[in-house]
Amino acid sequence: MTTAYQIVVCGSIVPDPLQTLEPVVSPGGPALKNEMMLPAVLDPWAGHALYEAANLAKNQPGSKVWLISLGPKAKLQQVMMTVAQKVPFELVALDGSASGFTDATETAAALAEAIAAVSNLDRSKLLVFGGWESASRGAVATMQDVGERLGIMDQFQGVDQITVNADGSLEILERIEGGKHQVSKCAGAPALLGWATGNLPEPKNNPQVGMVNMRTVMPALQKAKPVKLTGEGLSFAGVALPKQLRKTKIVKDKSPDDIAKEIVEWIKT
Amino acid sequence: METILVLAHTENDGSLAKPVREALHAAAALHKSLASSKLLVGLIGENIQAAANSIAACPATKYFGVTGADFTQSRYATDAAAAEAICKAAQATVVVAPATSRWARVLPGVAQRLGGRADTHVTGVAVVDGKISVSRWFYKQRMEGTLTRTQRPWFIGIDPGSQTPCDCGTGTASVEMVAVNLTDASRRTTVVGIREPKADAQTIRPDAQLLFVTGAGWTKKQADGQTHLPEAEKLILGFLKASRASLGSSKSLVDLGGEGQAVLPFLSHLNQIGQTGATPRHAKGLSTCCHGEEPHTVGWRFIGERRAISLDPNCGWARGKADVLYVADAFAVIAKVNELLASGGAT
Repeated sequence: MTTAYQIVVCGSIVPDPLQTLEPVVSPGGPALKNEMMLPAVLDPWAGHALYEAANLAKNQPGSKVWLISLGPKAKLQQVMMTVAQKVPFELVALDGSASGFTDATETAAALAEAIAAVSNLDRSKLLVFGGWESASRGAVATMQDVGERLGIMDQFQGVDQITVNADGSLEILERIEGGKHQVSKCAGAPALLGWATGNLPEPKNNPQVGMVNMRTVMPALQKAKPVKLTGEGLSFAGVALPKQLRKTKIVKDKSPDDIAKEIVEWIKT
Repeated sequence: METILVLAHTENDGSLAKPVREALHAAAALHKSLASSKLLVGLIGENIQAAANSIAACPATKYFGVTGADFTQSRYATDAAAAEAICKAAQATVVVAPATSRWARVLPGVAQRLGGRADTHVTGVAVVDGKISVSRWFYKQRMEGTLTRTQRPWFIGIDPGSQTPCDCGTGTASVEMVAVNLTDASRRTTVVGIREPKADAQTIRPDAQLLFVTGAGWTKKQADGQTHLPEAEKLILGFLKASRASLGSSKSLVDLGGEGQAVLPFLSHLNQIGQTGATPRHAKGLSTCCHGEEPHTVGWRFIGERRAISLDPNCGWARGKADVLYVADAFAVIAKVNELLASGGAT
């Protein structure tokens, strides 16, 4: 039995992990210094979710992937130039803050509303994908909130693998404590999966895929709905970088034997 | 007046895991700091009486429970229904829970259902000017923020390992059972098992004293111009076996497989620490052949004592981040360390 899924991936943008990040106080609360100048990338876990979605769609004929992304429109456009070359999807853009200091509930409300507004969405075929947390807010809350708003009661977090069984049921592997996976069998869609890393490498850029995607990406960006995230009820007393610079003792001239002895003694104390 | 509910699930054997006691410790401290607050406990599992009894001497004044075979499984629909029912019965305004994988999956959804808010990865809870505030990390442990909320119920997920476990003793707890009506829709998912490496192949050990971090240097060409992967594998696994350390790895080393390069076969994304991996908590950490600057070093943000072995004396991973940096060949040092550990220790 082959099921054609409608896979909606929620994924925003984050500052390039190689950038130096410094918190500052802005009139709207905490922010990053020169935030709009920082190069951005698709959130790593959302990226895994997108690649897994595309792989699933490829193996389940008739399936389609949407990417719903909330972020500043100009930044989204910049990131989509690269992401659009990876895998086929249709973009739904929401123009708003992608800051790590925004409220997960407000973000979830905007995402759920956007998913519900996707035309011809068949909830019986719906799989909602996203990262299990982001590299910005790291809330571990947004996807669950989205699922609740859409009435999806089969939710999985820290997912590394999905397999469609012959009877249409889904076998899902979720990360649990101690380097283990919990294996669950779900009757089928609708379901929500918050992805960890999955098992797929990042796809190589494919200009042909990019050309096709860009036909919908640019119009989607042009009609991106503005989203105001007010952070109602949430207030920050402060955000600071950790003061953890250690005074490192450099040991240069010891033999491997002596270093080994020192390390073993240290391990044992 | 705040009603603080500690929400916990039992383990398969009916006991409470250490993170529950950590959450209880945080909640009890909160209760002590908030005049006229109430502290309650909610437990979910197949049978919860033994778990309730194991913490009966804690300052909680009332216990709620949801029990039955349906609540043995770590499953969203049934866990959410149980947690919702207990929160309603307790009229909780603040819910403190351990951020186990089971609760992390479900509690933010319950917060939405009850019109509240959820904050996870919380590492500190305090009362400032009569208001509850929590500390958590943002941008993958690169900055720490302190925040407060007006919405209730407020779900606070405590990061395991971030608190001292409570040492409240045993007794006999009187538990008020809460009924939960489940529909067939709640049982569309079934947990069919746990997949884990064989005992001798398990390299992730959250309770280990030591985190052993391996970097991409282990797979690079050595002084003789050749790579030495079999030797690297033997040394790393030998060290893990002798030291009982937990194994962490940099992203680059884990990702080599996906790029078609030679890999260490026992490493997976589950071992990955740092920006897109875990940030485990261990008393000590030893990094070997690791390179990189600040973004890559967040993997050992929560490691107590840190030492590093690297051929580069200016290595950004170690300088200012480790207590001791040994400028040496990790292959040679770890081989000697393994010999010493096998013979019973340094002499």
